[in-house]
Amino acid sequence: MGGYDGRSFATSAAWRASSSMTAPVLTVAAVSKRFGPTVALDRVDLSIRAGEVVALMGANGAGKSTLVKILSGVYRPDAGDLLLCRQPFRPASPHDAKQLGIATVHQSIADAVVPTLSIADNLLLDRLCDPASPWRVPPAVRRHAAAPLAARVGLNVDLAAPLASLSLAAQQLVTLARALATRPALLILDEPTASLSAPEAERLFGLIDRLRAEGVAILLVSHRLGDLRRVAERVTIVRDGRIVADLPAPIDFDAAVETMIGRPLRSQAAANVATVATAAAATPAVPFFSVRDLQLTPSSIPFDLDVQRGEIVAIAGPVGGGKSRFARAIFGAGRATSGVMTLDGQPWRPRSPADAIRAGVFLAGEDRWRTSLFPDSVPFASIAGTLSFPFLARWFKYGGLRRARERRAALDAIERFGIRCTGPDDRLNSLSGGNQQKVVLARWHTQPARLLLLDEPFQGVDAGARADIVDTLRRHAQERATLVFVSDLEEAFEIADRVVRFDRATLDRVSQSNFTSHARS
Amino acid sequence: MKTSTSIPSEGVSEADPAKRDPVNHEPAVRPGRLQGLRGHLERAGMLLVLALLVIVFAVNQPAFLNIDNLFSILQAVSIVALLGIGVTVTLAAGGFDLSVGSVAASAQMAASYVLIVWHGNAFEAVVACLALGIAAGLFNGFLITRLRVPDQLATLGTLFLLAGLQLIPTGGRSLATGTILPDGTETTGIFSDAFLALGRLRLFDVVPLPVVVLAVLTIVACIVMETTRWGRVIYAIGGNETAARLAGAPTARYRIAAYVASGAIASLGGVLIAARVGRGDVSAGHSMLLDAVAAALVGYAVWGAKRPNVFGTVVGAVFVGVLLNGLTMLNAPYYMQDFIKGVLLVGALAFTFSVGRGTENQA
Repeated sequence: MGGYDGRSFATSAAWRASSSMTAPVLTVAAVSKRFGPTVALDRVDLSIRAGEVVALMGANGAGKSTLVKILSGVYRPDAGDLLLCRQPFRPASPHDAKQLGIATVHQSIADAVVPTLSIADNLLLDRLCDPASPWRVPPAVRRHAAAPLAARVGLNVDLAAPLASLSLAAQQLVTLARALATRPALLILDEPTASLSAPEAERLFGLIDRLRAEGVAILLVSHRLGDLRRVAERVTIVRDGRIVADLPAPIDFDAAVETMIGRPLRSQAAANVATVATAAAATPAVPFFSVRDLQLTPSSIPFDLDVQRGEIVAIAGPVGGGKSRFARAIFGAGRATSGVMTLDGQPWRPRSPADAIRAGVFLAGEDRWRTSLFPDSVPFASIAGTLSFPFLARWFKYGGLRRARERRAALDAIERFGIRCTGPDDRLNSLSGGNQQKVVLARWHTQPARLLLLDEPFQGVDAGARADIVDTLRRHAQERATLVFVSDLEEAFEIADRVVRFDRATLDRVSQSNFTSHARS
Repeated sequence: MKTSTSIPSEGVSEADPAKRDPVNHEPAVRPGRLQGLRGHLERAGMLLVLALLVIVFAVNQPAFLNIDNLFSILQAVSIVALLGIGVTVTLAAGGFDLSVGSVAASAQMAASYVLIVWHGNAFEAVVACLALGIAAGLFNGFLITRLRVPDQLATLGTLFLLAGLQLIPTGGRSLATGTILPDGTETTGIFSDAFLALGRLRLFDVVPLPVVVLAVLTIVACIVMETTRWGRVIYAIGGNETAARLAGAPTARYRIAAYVASGAIASLGGVLIAARVGRGDVSAGHSMLLDAVAAALVGYAVWGAKRPNVFGTVVGAVFVGVLLNGLTMLNAPYYMQDFIKGVLLVGALAFTFSVGRGTENQA
């Protein structure tokens, strides 16, 4: 085992012993990165001291991931210098970065573990995959080698058990233990609490506190203000590829969010609210769509929500916070544990998406190529075919298709949404990302909706197309209730009349009132 | 239910379309003359090669073009083509029915059993076969949609199950009038003329009935798969089942229906085998699976479809038939047949997947 930790252990540990805790572990100096014409990072400076927890905040596309990828050895910077423990840091690969002393725990646990292998093997995965490792390591030796790694993160389980037997939180501890195996000087945690419950997250924070005491520098990427409040000593905000603010604790999170999205929180939503306020005055007290004591998972807290006709409500919360689960429960594609939903005075209990679509409840799913669009091998993966698909049974009762009907609907949608294309028969994969997304949204405007659910409607859409989409959605919102599920606060405030915070499969009461008051003021 | 796993990192969704769709898209690209020619070649390539083969065989062996010979080719491939249609429907739905050969074989034994042991008439024998095929399809569908067994494994299991099951009633013996059953009785039933006619009758004394059955089923299947909403849903499920379900399609029902259709068509193939052979043959039908799958895969290359399609499958089966018949007429040894089929299949697959990629890269 001794030779394995190699130079990283030698450099970082020796360095930690010899230097004071205040010198920076990592220094990023004027680092830039371009992808073709887009500048992803523009002369970014950043430094992290030993034992410090720095949070990195930024909207989608601000450059967070690019910075993280440069630090973890995925990308090489175009310009600028990186220093790790006062040594120039130029990793050739993620593996190299790890050996040099920067370990990264990515958000997706599924990509980092092998569920069918034992926990011990998962902990030693890097070592087992190392070509220099011995060709045969007996199971007992493996368990023995894995034990200290598990102990370091407080993972107290049978290491011979298959990884799949662990909870998601424990699996994450395994990935964390693996990252710590090389004794990194800097640990990068990317949305580490995304799939954790509150007590599990707290356990993780305890571990972060211990690592901090050991002198490990930690860079935390998170959208959860609660997390940041709990562990971050400093918040660095990235916008448009630049570091725009560096706020020390105690952190003013309203200011942080405003800096992040680049304008005051209240403006857009307040403007939106003005138009609805007049409408709301006329509407009866009974909400159009309401949710009572809805418990999404057996362990989540029940919540209530009311939405008026004509209103657009943004359900904003971090990735993995259960937004999509909520959307699927309303759409009949998933089940809630308990609770009641009411739509237009009637109990709402859809048994399937088909049920929901028949009743005028539509869901435009997140990640369009996974949930909405068909690959090009499917003969009708054109604009017309994509738009008409959910309504085939409604339009063509006897089975035979009439292209003219589909083309008419497609031409109408192309005009209403300003889809840039040559005609209704254009293949979906010949369109740009923004136009593909417009097709997905246009599909659910082909027939009138009573309740429209949009899950991450701006995913992979540039700012121009986003403005178009927001315009069109707001124009058609009057006759229905609209729920928009987004992880990006900027997007939430851009589209919605009202923004509510959603996390851990429930409405976050505290921030709900906060954000609502912003919106109303 | 899966936990939500949205993709937060920017750039991923933009990269996706290219990654998921390794197929070219002509409408967006204005092809140059060379590329236009290439596109035409891609679509018509297989049909041109088929025409070329027919010409070469006809020149070298004029008897090849004899009308009787042409229909005997069609008769020879009709059952493989039928099974191929079933495989195609399940491929289109994102599955893969490997049990068609066994379904045909056991349907053929079932027909013989009804006729010879139970003294049934032709109609009862056909109904029994179709019932067996539908039951096999339901069983496959149940394994796949309810018990979540992967398609290929479930139908592979059914393949063995039926291949073994058909041996049990006769104790592993082929079944003809006079066969001694395991319990010692001697069978006395006969294959009625009405039943034998299914395999041997020629319409207008020219067109064999199996060819007529194939033609009718091909047309029906083409219409359903290409011009109705049911066909659309099947292709949609094969392309992206999640998207189809979230758009309101009852995907499990459709997948079961695809296997039932495949099973029913395969059992019809079994009826035609029994009617042609005139007895229940324990070794008949099994070799047809690979030929049917090959026909369906060769079909990907027909008319540049690059996807399972009924018309292509039938052309693929005919292609194989023409090739084997022509080469036999030119005195190619019989043991070359499998090798020739292999060359054809590999060639067609390489054509389908590499040519499409080539034009995409240029675009």
